[in-house]
Formats: sequence, structure tokens, C-alpha cells
Amino acid sequence: MGPVSAASPVEVEPTLSPDEITNLSKPWVTLVWDDPVNLMSYVSYVFQKYFGYDKATAEKLMLEVHTEGRSVVSTGTREEMERDVQAMHEYGLWATMERAS
Amino acid sequence: MSGFERHVRSDRIIATFNGFEADLLRSLASQMVELLRNERAEPATPTADPFEALMVEFSGATTIPEDPVLARLFPTAYPDDAESAADFRRFTESGLRDGKAAASGLIIDTLEDAGLPPELTEDGLVIDVELTPEEAETWMRAFTDIRLALATRLGVQAGDEDYWHSLPDEDPRAQAHDIYEWVGYLQETVVEALTA
Repeated sequence: MGPVSAASPVEVEPTLSPDEITNLSKPWVTLVWDDPVNLMSYVSYVFQKYFGYDKATAEKLMLEVHTEGRSVVSTGTREEMERDVQAMHEYGLWATMERAS
Repeated sequence: MSGFERHVRSDRIIATFNGFEADLLRSLASQMVELLRNERAEPATPTADPFEALMVEFSGATTIPEDPVLARLFPTAYPDDAESAADFRRFTESGLRDGKAAASGLIIDTLEDAGLPPELTEDGLVIDVELTPEEAETWMRAFTDIRLALATRLGVQAGDEDYWHSLPDEDPRAQAHDIYEWVGYLQETVVEALTA
């Protein structure tokens, strides 16, 4: 039996820059955008029903959408935000996601 | 014309429609189902390879639908990242389409179960609708889709009510806008009934 050769040390190439590593830990956000169609009462209802926000929080977010043109309605992991965006589309709200800034 | 209200004792969301209103709602819901089923998922680049074509159908759409109504119903989730946007669409759009078609389908089924005949012929028909809160929410989502479709086709914009009301009554767009407002009214009453 020949000698067992020791595994040569593996050189680990850093594949992520420090900036990218910082980015990975940053949360994602779901944005809901204003549209001229959806009723204010409906948007507030959806925020309460889906996110479980109390009425005051839901109305504050709804008004932000209405007056600012958009609002961050939830924050979390990328997977969580994909679920939220999908749910908003189910309700007919215009939602997108992006990394939190 | 009356909207929905909550029947306290039975906890049902109820409404009464005349034959014309029920027939109109069924027609709107049917058009929505047809629209959702008609324009199928298209590959990013048309392919002559039947297997590739099959796989596109199997795995879902990756590009924004051409019809502006469908583009509004299924917005791009990642505006600045085409690859992630395509993946998101592949995994969500087909399920969202089915859900929306089922929601409008519930409106059709409920109205017909409540006595709306395939062809509206008689005058004085009254259709009583009784919904559980879950069914009412489904109707409410379908109302949203129908309103988004009408608004997109009409080009409705914020604060343009005066323009629509200034159109002559016989203008078909004024009539379509009246329907859009009526469905909005119905939706508002469902929201009120659900939160009462």
C-alpha cells in the first residue's frame, strides 16, 4: 500500500467583494406604487388583512402610497419579499421589490 | 341600485341585483376569464423547436405580457433586474393567472347558482347573492381585476372624473366608464361590509 498523499491545501478564492458581503446581509423591501384605480379603502383593507397591520398603520402606508407615489410596506429576506410581492399582485396592487437602501 | 351589506345574524355578505346588473357582472367576469386564458405565455424569443416550445409552456412565461391589461395585472417585480424579473414571472404568473380566473369564475358560478339564466330574457328578474366573508373577498379581488382592465382600456388617470362626466351619454366610452364606476361602488360596499 502506497503512502496516502495528503490533500493539497485548497486555495479559497474569495468570490465576493466586501461590498457584496455587506449587501447579502441587507434586507429587501416590498414597495407598493400608486395607481389611479385602486380604492383607498381597499388598499388599506389589503394591508391589514395580508400584513396584519392595525388600521392606523395600514392607513398611514396607504396614504403614503397615495401622496408619495410609493411606500415600503414590508421588509425581510428576499424569499419573504417575493411572497409579499406575489400576494400584492394577487390583490391587484402594483408591487415591486428591491434591496433596502 | 344597492351594493353589498353584512347580514349580521348569518355573517353573510349579501346583495340583490336585477337581471340586467347580474348579466352585466357575468359578462365582465367572463371577459376577464377569457383574457386570462387567451394570451398564453410566450417564450422570450419565438422558437421553432417543439420541445423548447413545450418547455416554455411547462415552466412559465418570462416576459411581460403584450396586452397592457395583463401587463398591469402581472407587473414586473424587479424593475432593475431583468433576470430576476424573468425568474419571478416564471414562478408566479401562471399561478396568479389561475387564481384570478378562478376569482372571476366564482362570480359567474354564484350568479348562475342564484338563478341567472344563460340568456337573459325575462324582465323583473331578481338575483340574491349571499357570500361568506371568504367568498366576498374573492369577489372583491375579481372586482379589482375587472376595474384595472376597464381603466387600462379606457386610459383612466388620476383626477380625470370631470372629463368622463363631460362625455355625451351615448359615447360608448362614457358608458364603459359608468360601468367602471359602478364596479368601484360595488367594491367599496364589499370592503365596508367586510370591515363592519
